This record gives sequence, structure tokens and C-alpha cells, in this order.
Amino acid sequence: MSIKLTVNGATRELDIDPDMPLLWAIRDHLELTGTKFGCGMALCGACTVHLDGQATRSCVLPVSAAQGRQITTIEGLSTPAGRAVQSAWVGLDVPQCGYCQSGQVMSAAALLAANPKPSDADIDTAMAGNICRCATYVRIRGAIHQAAEQLSAAAPAHG
Amino acid sequence: MYFRQTDIEQVAARGGGTPAELTRRQFLKLTTVAGSGLTLGIVLPGCGRGPLGGAGVAGSTSHPLAIPFVRVAPDNTVTVICKHVEAGQGVWTGLPAIVAEELDASWEQMRVESAPAEVPAYQNMAFVPLGVHAQFTGGSTAVANSWEQLRHAGATARAMLVAAAAQEWRVPPGEIIVSEGVLSHAAAGRQATFGELAGSAARQAVPATVRLKDPAGFRIVGREKLPRLDSRDKSTGKQQFAIDVKLPGMMTAVVMRPPRFGGKVSSFDATKAKAVPGVVDVVQIPRGVAVVGRDMWSAKKGREALGVTWDESGAEKRGTAELMKEYRAMGRGKEAATVVESGDVEAALARATKRVEGEFEFPYLAHAPMEPLTAVARLSPDKCEIWAGCQFQTIDQANAAAAAGVKPEQVIINTLAAGGTFGRRANAESDYIAEVASIARATGGKYPVRLIWTREDDVTGGRYRPLNYHRISAAVGKDGKVAFRQRVVGQSIIGDTPFAATMMKNGVDPTAVGGSAPEQYDLADAHVSWTRATVGVPVLWWRSVENTHMAFSKEVIIDELAQSAGRDPVEFRLSLLGKHPRHTAALRLVAEKAGWDQPFPKQKGRGRGVAVHESFGSVVAQVAEVTVSGNKIRVDRVVCAVDCGIAVTPDVVRAQMQSGIGYGLSAALLGKITLTDGHVDQSNFHQYQVL
Repeated sequence: MSIKLTVNGATRELDIDPDMPLLWAIRDHLELTGTKFGCGMALCGACTVHLDGQATRSCVLPVSAAQGRQITTIEGLSTPAGRAVQSAWVGLDVPQCGYCQSGQVMSAAALLAANPKPSDADIDTAMAGNICRCATYVRIRGAIHQAAEQLSAAAPAHG
Repeated sequence: MYFRQTDIEQVAARGGGTPAELTRRQFLKLTTVAGSGLTLGIVLPGCGRGPLGGAGVAGSTSHPLAIPFVRVAPDNTVTVICKHVEAGQGVWTGLPAIVAEELDASWEQMRVESAPAEVPAYQNMAFVPLGVHAQFTGGSTAVANSWEQLRHAGATARAMLVAAAAQEWRVPPGEIIVSEGVLSHAAAGRQATFGELAGSAARQAVPATVRLKDPAGFRIVGREKLPRLDSRDKSTGKQQFAIDVKLPGMMTAVVMRPPRFGGKVSSFDATKAKAVPGVVDVVQIPRGVAVVGRDMWSAKKGREALGVTWDESGAEKRGTAELMKEYRAMGRGKEAATVVESGDVEAALARATKRVEGEFEFPYLAHAPMEPLTAVARLSPDKCEIWAGCQFQTIDQANAAAAAGVKPEQVIINTLAAGGTFGRRANAESDYIAEVASIARATGGKYPVRLIWTREDDVTGGRYRPLNYHRISAAVGKDGKVAFRQRVVGQSIIGDTPFAATMMKNGVDPTAVGGSAPEQYDLADAHVSWTRATVGVPVLWWRSVENTHMAFSKEVIIDELAQSAGRDPVEFRLSLLGKHPRHTAALRLVAEKAGWDQPFPKQKGRGRGVAVHESFGSVVAQVAEVTVSGNKIRVDRVVCAVDCGIAVTPDVVRAQMQSGIGYGLSAALLGKITLTDGHVDQSNFHQYQVL
């Protein structure tokens, strides 16, 4: 069946099973491998993408439900929040094995887009669904705070 | 996180494998393609006919003895060829740091790539004295066993660059200054980058000896914040893992494995599986039935439609409750292999007025790396190429060869970054790599094939940290001397592997039991024994191996002894560490930084504890501050002191300790694999919970 997906601004038509999780369409058919498979049950967050700007677990979302929506993967992340998060991630050397980090970055970018000044508790809540077996959590929290500061410094002054 | 600075010379003498062998080695210059710059490898004198043991690099066009470690290219990059897998531990930063230091390179020009599978050149030097000649990453040895090797590689490359500049500029080499990847001679008014001199450096004679830097002059090794070389790719989704490999025509496979360990395929019906759109093949392999599809989704759907009848006559059918019951009885039965013995523990315990007794039950634990086991194979008539996050390169090579039906030297191992491993990707049977090679063989090499384990495959797939039972009796005598008797019951990790021949000592598997109290404290009377359990559940080293359970029970009992003697836990430990200066220093440091001498705020449910332990040559002491409310445990703060010898990349060491603390807390607070009638009860992260 023909499925039309708009990923990172480009629309592609794929002849795939409409029940196929978005994750596998992105990875196996669009060949964008930055989005990772970790559990297949929306339990670990490695597969996080943005669906109309919202952090979404692509491993359980059927491609048919992603039609007509704006899908952003780590490869297409270019929002100010996304860039600030990635720069903080590099600056603090957050990644260890790195496998979960695409998902962590996508969740963090969505958090900062919605809440530019998150508290520790906000971060813990928003990031709770993203597992890192290397336990980079302390640095993730630090990097989100740093990205928030960078964004607020870059934002035009009001009043 | 606090580091104790250890005398660098002392550590260098202790670590780094076998210096005697290293001094017999010379660096060999590799000149492959004209204008490609300088590549340095090692050659073992007297080995005229190819590498000793193991397989060579299939298809290699270079000199058979030429094993590159460092490459200085005309584009001014310096590439370190890394014999270890990067699995998050930071070896892609640590090993380049060693080379960059001796070379006086700038950190920005450093690059890293994985070495091919090759012994002896890329063998893990730390295990050579144990009779293990293999290329692998494990035992916390990557930096220590590469230290001397890579310092020499860097220093040799530097000397040749200097010789090239001296020749070109007609100045004495001793007057040339090298700094940040630039050579210069002030009086002659000349300067050049490594890249500009790479070609002429390759034409210089390889010096027989080189002078290594005085550690006092180190500027990269030990630098507080040396950026990791892989952070950018890992923050932008660009890092390639095995699961990301794309080859023309590649198919994806999943395997249906026996529901109980030790089960075998009796028969299978592939009709429905083959009817699933996208499924291209269903084949039996030694470990189960593989379903191959054009993508992961079709392979997975195909597996769901597959009907397999299992022969479970040889399967393990016991559950963990039953096993633990047997372990408890074994812990009271016939005394088995002695691990450590000193004095007369029975007499000392009999004399004691107050004994501390402890029983400990440790569950099976899955490693659960974030990247589930994945490997890609491409089989052609004369070779088999493997892409995986290989932790056991030459062993994986041999196992892939056997499974694919080719010779080891025909297997090309491409080691990619591993999405975590914690020991899981290092197993003597190379389970997932042998599987993908079997599938490639069973499908006749028609297409490259990528095998993916689902999370359920991973959690139910065995090779766990062994289930363990400890029973301890201990006492403090009036003289302050400690008597300590411990019985450990559990499976052997190496007992049924080729490692047993050289690593089992007096019937004891050092990876199953070790780091016990009498090895870590000065105890007058002690006895530790190990009883090997035979169970059909496959077990494996799991991050820090035997120490995960041995350190736990040891430190709990030592703490209870302090309490029973009415003594402070830190002071009591120090009194038993007279012969352990590194333990003493780490413990003192952590106590100081945690404010141990300050009264701890009295608050209901709040407390702090301390522990110290040495494993794999590093001594770690921690103070944990914890709040308990009801059945909820909150770890408020952990203060950690580590003596790991030279902290080559201190921030990576810090990251590793943060990681170890998190991984350990996961296990202590949440982790548990249980079996009922031989079936694993957990399947994914909702049941096998992690932090």
C-alpha cells in the first residue's frame, strides 16, 4: 500500500504495510538511521522523533497514522532548541556509547521548545521515558540547563 | 568525583602488559601508496612468515607483518588505529590521547578508526601472561595494555617527522621544536605541519629506540577536559552502529530461539511465515530458525507466523526459586574448592563472643545494552565479511568462520561502535555473530544479511550475570582481629569455555568468585570457598564481573562487624587496611570529601554508608547518602574516589564512574531476571526495569 510521509521537510511515497511502525519506515525505507531501535514497545525512547513538533515514540506508531504530519528525525533537527541541545551535548561530552542519544536529544529539544526554562523536576519528568544504560543522566540534566541558558541568552530582549 | 594522583612512574611500571616483550618490538614503517604519508606499525623480530597464531588480515595488500597503529596523513590528520571496541568507555578518546601526547600533536587533528582482527599485533597484552592470545576488550585493560605500545608509536612517529624536518631544513634534529602538530626551527625561520612533512617522514629510517616523554611534561594525558572524539557524531545521529549498516541488496533476519535454554528445533512449518509479504527465506540454523525479510518489520511479522516444535529433552526446566533452594542447600553441604585461606577461621569463630552472620541471594541480571545484539554478514565464495560491535575480534572471527564454513583468515571483521555491551558482546561462542554467519551460509550468500535481536530476544536470551548465593560468618576478636568465612555458590562463567584451560586455578573460576574480604583486607583468620552449580542457563561476565556480588556481601558484612564492635565504619576499615595503601588512600579521600567527620543531619529515614573495593586494578571508595521512606529508596548523593592509576582522560574516567554508579544502582534497586519452569519471566524494559 502506498504511504506518503513528510520527513525533514521532504515528502516521499513508500509502498509498505500501513501497520509498519514509523521507526522501521524511517530506518529501513528512508534510510535515515539516526533514529534507533531499542525496545519496540515505547519503553526506552531511543526511537524518539518529532511529530508536528511533539516528541513521539516512532517504534509503536503505525506509519498510516503519521501521514499528513510533519515528521522530524535527528538528521533534520534544526530548531534553535535542537541546535542548543546538540551544542550542549558536545560541550559537556554527554554521550558514552551514544546509542540512545538521538532519542535523548529529540526529547530534550521538544522539552525546551515547550518549556524554555525547565527545573530539575521538569527535566526528570520530560526525560523519564528515555533510558540510557550508560547512565549519562547527570550530564543530560546539566546539558539541558546549559542549552536553556544559551537559548535565553540568544533570545531577543523584551521590553 | 575525586581522583587520587598516583605516582605515574610507579603505575607505568606496573601496568602496560609485558614490557619485556615490548622492548623487543620495533616499529615498522609502512609505505603503501606513494604520497599517503607516514604509517607506523610494529614488527616482531624473527617472525618472517606472517603473524604468530590466529588469522591474518584477509585481502590485505600490505606487508604481512605490517600492523598499523598510527597514520600521519598529508591532510594533517593523525589517525590512531584502535584495537579495542568503543562501547561508551571512551577508548576512542583515551588511546588517541596517548599517541597525541608523545607525538606533540594538536588534539584537533586526532582521528580514530577500528583495527582489523589480528593477533599477535592487536592482542590484548594484559592477558598474554594468562596464556590468552586474543584481540578483545575486557577486564578494564584497554588503556593499560595500550599504554607502552602507543607511547612508543607516538614517539617513533614524532622522531621521524623531526628527522624529515632536519633533513629538509639542514638543521640538527635536536634544535627542532614540536608543538601542537607543528615543527619549527626559530633560527632557520622554518616551520611545517605534520601533514606537510608526512611524505618525507615516511622516507626516514625508523629509529631503533625512542625517548619517551617525562610524565612531568604531559600536556594531553591528564588534561582535565579533553573533548571526546565521538561526542559530535553521537549527538547528531551520525555515529554508525552495526544496526545502521546498509549494503546493496541487504536483507534483515530475526531468529526464533528455543523457549527454554538447551532446547532444540524438532521441526518447523514455514508456510505461514513465507506467506507474510516481504519474507524472503526461512532457514534452520544451529541455534533456531531464522526468518529473513526485506526489512525488519516483515522479518518480525514472519517470525510471529512461524510454527516451531521444540525438542526440550535436554532443556533446563528449573526455575530460579528452585535453583536458589538448591544453592542454599549446597552452601551448607560439602565444602568445595578453596579460594583463599589463612590462619584458622574455625577456631577464631569458635572463640568469638559475637558473630555476624549473613546470607545473600543475587539474581541473574541481563546486560541489556541499548543497542540490541546486531551483526551484518556478507558471504562470498572466498570470504565472509562481518560488521558488528565486536568485543572479541579474533574469537568472533574464528566463530564466524566455523559457522560460515570458511577459514578464519577469510573472515574480515569490521568493528563498529557498540551501542553498549557491559560484557554481553564478549562471549566465547560469539553467539550473535555465529548466528548471522550461519544465516548467511544457510541462505547461500545470496544477499548480505543483517541480524537484529529484539529487546525480547535480548532479555530472554541468557548469558546473564550468574545467580549467586553467599553465606558468611564473621567476628571481631577482642584484639580487633577479624575472622571471616564465606561460602559462595554459583555457576562458572569460563568453566565450559576455552578460557578454562589457562584461567581456572585449583578448580576455581576467578570470574565467578574473587575480590573477597581476605584479598582486600588484612584478616588474620579467613576462609573463602566456591561451590560450582551446574545449570543450563548460560551465564557471562556482566560489568565488573564477580565484583558485583563479592564486593556487596563483603562490604555489608564488614559494616556489620564495625557496628557489632561499636566502631566507626571508616575507622574500622582503615584499621584493616594496613597492607593496602591504595585502599587506605581512596577511603581517606572519600571520607574527607563526603564530610564523614561531620555529624550527619538526623532525619528520619536518612543515612549514609561507605564502601571500598578494588577490582581490575582500580580502587574505588564511595559514600552514599540515602533516604528511605516506606519501601522507596532515594539515593541523594554519591561521593566517589577512584585510584585508577594514571587518569589519561580524567573526564572520561569521571563519566565511567558516573556510569558505573548508575548501572550498579539499576541492579541493586531494580534488576532481576527470574525463571519459572525454565522460562524467563521478563521480556522487555517494563519487566526488566532499569534506571
